[in-house]
Amino acid sequence: MIEMRDVGFGYQGQDELLSGMTLTLQPGMFHFLTGPSGSGKTTLLRLCFADLLPSSGEMTAFGQDMRGLSRDAIADLRRRVGVVHQDPQFLDHLPLAENIALPLSIAGEEVDMDALRDLLGWVQLSQHARALPPSLSGGERQRAALARAVILSPDLVLADEPTGNLDWDMSMRLMQLLIELNKSGKTVLVATHDLNLIRATKAQVTARVLRITGGSLHLAGADL
Amino acid sequence: MGRLNIGSLWQGLTGDRDGAGDRIVPPTGFTAQLTLFSAGAMAFLAVFALALALATGRLADRWSSELAGSVTVRVSAPVAEQDAVVQSALSILQTTPGAGTPRLLPQDELAQLLEPWFGPDMPVDALPVPALIDLPVEDDFDAEGLRLRLEAEVPGAVLDDHTEWRRPLVSAANRLRMLGIVSLMLIGAASAAMITLAAKAALAANVQVIRVLRLIGARDLTIATAFVRRFTRRAAMGSAVGTVLGMGAIAILPDASAAGGFLTGLGFQGADWLMPLTIPLIAAGVGFVATRWAALKMLEAVR
Repeated sequence: MIEMRDVGFGYQGQDELLSGMTLTLQPGMFHFLTGPSGSGKTTLLRLCFADLLPSSGEMTAFGQDMRGLSRDAIADLRRRVGVVHQDPQFLDHLPLAENIALPLSIAGEEVDMDALRDLLGWVQLSQHARALPPSLSGGERQRAALARAVILSPDLVLADEPTGNLDWDMSMRLMQLLIELNKSGKTVLVATHDLNLIRATKAQVTARVLRITGGSLHLAGADL
Repeated sequence: MGRLNIGSLWQGLTGDRDGAGDRIVPPTGFTAQLTLFSAGAMAFLAVFALALALATGRLADRWSSELAGSVTVRVSAPVAEQDAVVQSALSILQTTPGAGTPRLLPQDELAQLLEPWFGPDMPVDALPVPALIDLPVEDDFDAEGLRLRLEAEVPGAVLDDHTEWRRPLVSAANRLRMLGIVSLMLIGAASAAMITLAAKAALAANVQVIRVLRLIGARDLTIATAFVRRFTRRAAMGSAVGTVLGMGAIAILPDASAAGGFLTGLGFQGADWLMPLTIPLIAAGVGFVATRWAALKMLEAVR
């Protein structure tokens, strides 16, 4: 799925943030990525959906070398990788339902209205289908982002601090959705610094916890 | 960016295989009105520039052909000798290579020519008016040769091949035609600049939208097509309205008349009326190319 071998990355003009990263995202597995703020969690996720390119090492996504991807190939990759950002952005002039269906529309696929209704029901946003994104709360935006991320039935779902702006109850509601996705066979990678959230989730699903420290990736210990 | 070619963009422009369509581009309000108005105004001006270019072209052609088509021989002599001198001139003209049958202008035609200066009641017979001979000529006519021969054999007969007064007019008409063509080119360039600026402004205002679209898997073609389609349609619609208004304004101009001179001939004749109809098509093409260029530039900055 996603494979990194000795991958390094540094932002222009800065020291290398990540180095010697070796990682394989196992299909169907639930992964957590944790580490202190600024440790490079978001950067690693951005490498996974080709928003950034590694400065060294080898990285492949679905068997394709990330550094050789054309712009269209990057677009195709992003149709196979659903992403939920900490501060998800929408097209504010389109109703929520249209925003969620947007990946289908731009991929030129028919929008199955029943499936869309089911998806809105799954993230408990049926009553907001016609609402414009700016009118939604933080939790509603995160759930909408998750619905948008999975509408193309991607192989991999990435979530970058998806509960960063949410209270505990709402956080657990969102994690429940991610667990359901994983149980349906999707590979999930959630970046978070919230260890309590990781522990609470691990009580419900088998998860592999990866920790970034000092720019390197380690498998977390038994404490998690 | 090689795959983002004109053909695929044109398909996106005319077809609806891009399901997201125009809706992914937020409404742009003022920019839309500005583009429509500017395209309309430019098209209106383009109609007049085109009319100017066509009218001056016709004028230059007409003057050129008249210049080449005939010459005049003016015969001045004492009254008693006038007839004999005229006959001598006529006999020379009849044997001149490249010349047709000379025609001595009768008194009533002379009176008509002099009427603007002396009025209708002036007795032309009583004046020492020179005789005028109109001579149709062909391309191989040698004006200089005839002039020298008349000087030698019929003193008092002067050849006027109209060159001196018509040549500056033809030159002026040609320059006016060139001015019209340059105006059309400037209007086209200004339209392209205006649409490019409007498209760039719209794209810059929507960087976040473009970023979101790229992140959820939109290809450059999909994004570019949405913007290109919007601006191309606006350019075409605005210029269609401007063209119709311009053609209407040209239609109500007075018809060409000798009294009105050049200004009343500033219009379209016959099939010329079809030419302004190309303006909205050209404007759409300019909008297409300008927006495509702006969209490509913008997309390069968004991964």
